[in-house]
Amino acid sequence: MILIENISKSFGKRLALDSIDLSVKDNELFGLIGPDGSGKTTLFRILCSLLLPDSGKALLNNHDVVKDYNKIRRIIGYMPGRFSLYNDLSVEENLNFFARVFGTSIKKNYGLIKDIYKRLEPFKDRRAGNLSGGMKQKLALSCALIHRPEILILDEPTTGVDAVSRKEFWEMLSGIIEQGITIMVSTPYMDEAVLCNRVALMQEGRLLRVDSPQAIIDAYPKDIIALRADDMYRLVMDLRDFPQADSVLLFGQEVHYSGKGKNIDRDAIRKYLEDKEHKDIQINTISAGIEDSFLQLMA
Amino acid sequence: MNSFAGFVKKEFLHIFRDPRTLLILFGMPVAQIMIFGYVITNEIKDIPIAIFDQAKDRASREISNKLVSSGYFSLKMNLNSIKEVEPVLRQGEVKEVIVFEPDFNNKMESGNKGTVQLLTDASDPNTANLIVSYTSGIIRDYALSRYGSEKMPSLIEPKIRMMYNQDLKGVFMFVPGTMALILMLISAMMTSISISREKELGTMEVLMVSPIKPFQIVVGKLIPYIVLSFINAVVIIALGTFVFGLPVRGSLILLLLESLLFISLALSLGILISTVSNSQMVAMFISLIGLMLPTILLSGFIYPIENMPLILQWISNIMPPKWYIIIVKDIMIKGEGLRFVWKETLIMLGMTLFFMLAAIKRFKIRLE
Repeated sequence: MILIENISKSFGKRLALDSIDLSVKDNELFGLIGPDGSGKTTLFRILCSLLLPDSGKALLNNHDVVKDYNKIRRIIGYMPGRFSLYNDLSVEENLNFFARVFGTSIKKNYGLIKDIYKRLEPFKDRRAGNLSGGMKQKLALSCALIHRPEILILDEPTTGVDAVSRKEFWEMLSGIIEQGITIMVSTPYMDEAVLCNRVALMQEGRLLRVDSPQAIIDAYPKDIIALRADDMYRLVMDLRDFPQADSVLLFGQEVHYSGKGKNIDRDAIRKYLEDKEHKDIQINTISAGIEDSFLQLMA
Repeated sequence: MNSFAGFVKKEFLHIFRDPRTLLILFGMPVAQIMIFGYVITNEIKDIPIAIFDQAKDRASREISNKLVSSGYFSLKMNLNSIKEVEPVLRQGEVKEVIVFEPDFNNKMESGNKGTVQLLTDASDPNTANLIVSYTSGIIRDYALSRYGSEKMPSLIEPKIRMMYNQDLKGVFMFVPGTMALILMLISAMMTSISISREKELGTMEVLMVSPIKPFQIVVGKLIPYIVLSFINAVVIIALGTFVFGLPVRGSLILLLLESLLFISLALSLGILISTVSNSQMVAMFISLIGLMLPTILLSGFIYPIENMPLILQWISNIMPPKWYIIIVKDIMIKGEGLRFVWKETLIMLGMTLFFMLAAIKRFKIRLE
């Protein structure tokens, strides 16, 4: 269990973390979602005993991150934002090294990393520096897991990795959860939030909301519609000028729109757009997604 | 213990996998000792000379032969007129012109008043001085062997003996200095770079979040470089002995132990440097500017400390290589034992402890 109470941290004048309170349950897959610079890495470094908080305290399975840092360093697995591997060592040598540093061996904990490592095994003699981003990520995860940590802390593990590897990675995380390990993972990608048991939305050093992804979606307060037209760019611009508009956001091929009030007058919008000479207008009522919820919370 | 052994193994792998590191480790010592030994030398060897012999008699010829056969000089040309002297010197074809006066032999026979004029190119004053003293030495030697000292009562004959380095071989100066320079560079620079590389790549972050202690990280980094630097010290001593004929007159074991002490000193400096630098580049610059230049300039390696301004002489006292060079010279060339170098040894020991403690104290268990 991770317990964070009133943690604050500044770097010079900049407040990086502003009284964070958070608890993560045992064997939970907990996601920390937030844009770059929102304080995710700082919070993780404090949890890993790499940084000292200015105030507040944090406990990992009842060990204080400041006082019991030696104990903390035995029970956590940490994967920093950059894949911290030795590029001049082979895949197997990297894994062997981290196993030995933690006083264990590949053999002893092979069961835990088998699903991940078996995809790397054909390349075990290749230097880590010559691996693709996705494979580096798998190797780094294997290295962080090799000593069977109680808590796994992953700092933006999917940043800079292709879409297929990202999907595979989240599947691997579900496999690790089944082994009884608690995982705290950060990501800037909002679509990954739904894969967590619970998520915290972070912005400018503060937590905006902590809940299960479904609860966050359900809490979206308004109706929402998706619109399409022939000229999407002009559509966005014109919708933003619509007097009743509150949030107009482009999601791929669609524009998500919500108004100032709860309900949306679809006919009024259609008429407004037709007056602006938009063609092929399609309007569909949709239920809000996690991204709509986050963007609404962050606005 | 197993985790520590794994760490040391990893360090060795880093070294043996990187061609550049290997080149610096093993190519540089050999290259430097060869360069300093052969190229940058202030020895007298095969200096080109010209002779203007106006006498062409027994004495002038015998002296000329003696000069040329000494190995210090090689006769480039015989001149026929005093007018030719200046052009050949000016063009740098010869470094010295020796002029015998007419009727030289007879003048010597009659009243010891034969004169020889030595003209040298003093654009390089040190070499010119050496050339003159070598030449006059040979001429004096000739006069002595021909007439015996009792027949030259009026001459005061200074008998100079260059102690310990009778042949004035430059390599005697350069080997100890180069040893200090190389051991300093390899030990300090390589360790500081290898630690800052871990910081740069972010692997230090992972190492910190592991049960391995900072103390173990430091010692694990040191062991490979102690081993390799020690091999280097042995290689340099072997090169000095077998290639340049530099003797080890004192105890070889003492010399190696002192080298080990100096290596530890340099390594602790390297760790100290790595604690203040976050990138390999910074570590390298601090090592080069902070360690290599003072080693060359202020340790007595190239410029004698006695000739420095007083303030630089004081500063030279805190240069670790100065003490090491003194020790190496005492042991190798003078053949002294610990009895004579204990003071310098103690100074190095003190410095090692100081830097080691400072390094471990500064080595962080956290990121800031």
